[in-house]
Amino acid sequence: MTLATAPRRPTAPAADRAARPRRDLGAWFLVLPALLPILVLSVGPLLYGIGLAFTDAQSGRTQATRFVGLLNFSDLFQDSLFWDSFRIGLIWAFGVTVPQFLLALGLALLLHLDLRLRWLARALAIIPWAMPEVVVGIMWRLVYHPDAGILNETLRDLGLSGAGDGRDWLSGLATALPAVIVVGVWAGMPQTTVTLLAGLQNVPRELHEAASMDGAGAWRRFRTVTWPALRPIALAVTALNFIWNFNSFALVFVLTDGGPGGRTRLPMLFAYEEAFRYGQFGYAATMGLAMVAVISVLLALYLVGRLKGDDDR
Amino acid sequence: MAFPFLWLLSTAFKPPRELAGLHPTWIPEAPTLDNFRQAFAQQPLAAAAGNSLLAAAVSALLAILLATPMAYVLARVRNRLSRAATGWVVISQAFPLVLVIIPLFLILKGLHLVDSRIGLIMVYVVWSLPFALWMLTGYVRSVPRELEEAAAMDGAGRLRTLVSVTAPLLAPGIVATALFAFITAWNEFFFALVLLKSPEKQTLPVVLTHFLGAEGVADLGPLAAAALLATLPSLLLFAVIQRRITGGMLAGAVKS
Repeated sequence: MTLATAPRRPTAPAADRAARPRRDLGAWFLVLPALLPILVLSVGPLLYGIGLAFTDAQSGRTQATRFVGLLNFSDLFQDSLFWDSFRIGLIWAFGVTVPQFLLALGLALLLHLDLRLRWLARALAIIPWAMPEVVVGIMWRLVYHPDAGILNETLRDLGLSGAGDGRDWLSGLATALPAVIVVGVWAGMPQTTVTLLAGLQNVPRELHEAASMDGAGAWRRFRTVTWPALRPIALAVTALNFIWNFNSFALVFVLTDGGPGGRTRLPMLFAYEEAFRYGQFGYAATMGLAMVAVISVLLALYLVGRLKGDDDR
Repeated sequence: MAFPFLWLLSTAFKPPRELAGLHPTWIPEAPTLDNFRQAFAQQPLAAAAGNSLLAAAVSALLAILLATPMAYVLARVRNRLSRAATGWVVISQAFPLVLVIIPLFLILKGLHLVDSRIGLIMVYVVWSLPFALWMLTGYVRSVPRELEEAAAMDGAGRLRTLVSVTAPLLAPGIVATALFAFITAWNEFFFALVLLKSPEKQTLPVVLTHFLGAEGVADLGPLAAAALLATLPSLLLFAVIQRRITGGMLAGAVKS
């Protein structure tokens, strides 16, 4: 978009025009090395995966895989465990995305206000962002650990020992999902903050100054100046965060492996078990496709929102 | 934000007596390196680190080699292909991996590349291409077109122009993208979990989960020590390129 708005050269140089056909062939030559692997190992498997959802494919089976039409879908529709995990996936994705966005927005506004603190924020942001998800999970298991963890000890120090005494947050039926959601929020905060911070840098300062001259308070300035300018990027980051969270796997796999009693079994964990513990490839692919349905709706909202954002400019 | 990390740090240096104590403390009273020694004794950490290093370095290098020319074209030519490619970048980030991993598993099995480092590297290359393209396209756009046009006037083709004019100016962006691809592969868990079965081939994140044990009963000290070691390379690299990453990703996210 930036390039599109940059002034174009009025006329293409004649030499360039003459060289066109050769150069376009060259373009293909440059594109193919990346395009072929993408087609073979990314687009191809995706289409194959969609196809598998309509078959009874299983791992290590001797008979040929058969086309079963919508059988997997009707099975899935009646699979109460899947609906449980679907519901948990939605709670998790909302539960992580919304606080993540609000906290990140607050933090971004604060940091934008005080430029001197930005280096500190960047330094802190590195930690969750750069860590392997597996390590984030392990780290929080240490924090949540009933005896050796710092959470229960802190609660004891605060005199809240009733809440924290020896409690195993990750194995409690009621506490497991909230506990993993906290980790999810923590893990994704920096990325969201940095993105929003960059969005804030696009907010025209003159507008802000004009608004304060007119006597607009902080909240009014945020609503009338900052938010309209930030909206497209806020929408984009929220939609993508929601999708990533809905699809997440490693973090919860390490924290609880879906337990206790399936209370944190996100759809991806369920599909993984179905495919690679029970070998039900076809059925697991169907689950993947059902997840795509949810994601597509969100992606559509995101794209529509982004187009609208572009029109506003 | 840093408190959980400080706790990891603290746990890694605690002797067993302090870990079993009723009132855990932030600063170990008798800090020890025993946990690190034990971690290496309990699991094949050195081999796992070697595997991770190999997979991350090779896949980052290949991804850059493949992506740079395409990113150049995407940045300079606006047509259906470049729009489709940009769309694919978004879509590929949005798919649940399970839909891709099952077919990939079957395809790689057909090629006898399941439980193979080569198979994993192939997956990592393709997997890191979208964001490599995304970041590099942004970097190419920041190179003034006029320089390339001057080269074209002198009769240089696209490849010549790319190699002799654009690439040198792109070098910092290429390095940043490569390191980001490295970190992503170093941290990756899901593909490695599914595709690698032999313990001697597994990467660091997969081996780390072996410390957790079957019932979630874990030897906390060595677990923390191993987790800390696995994090250090990506933390260090990320600290180096962090400024460029956020810049590059934003260039892609905001401007494309």
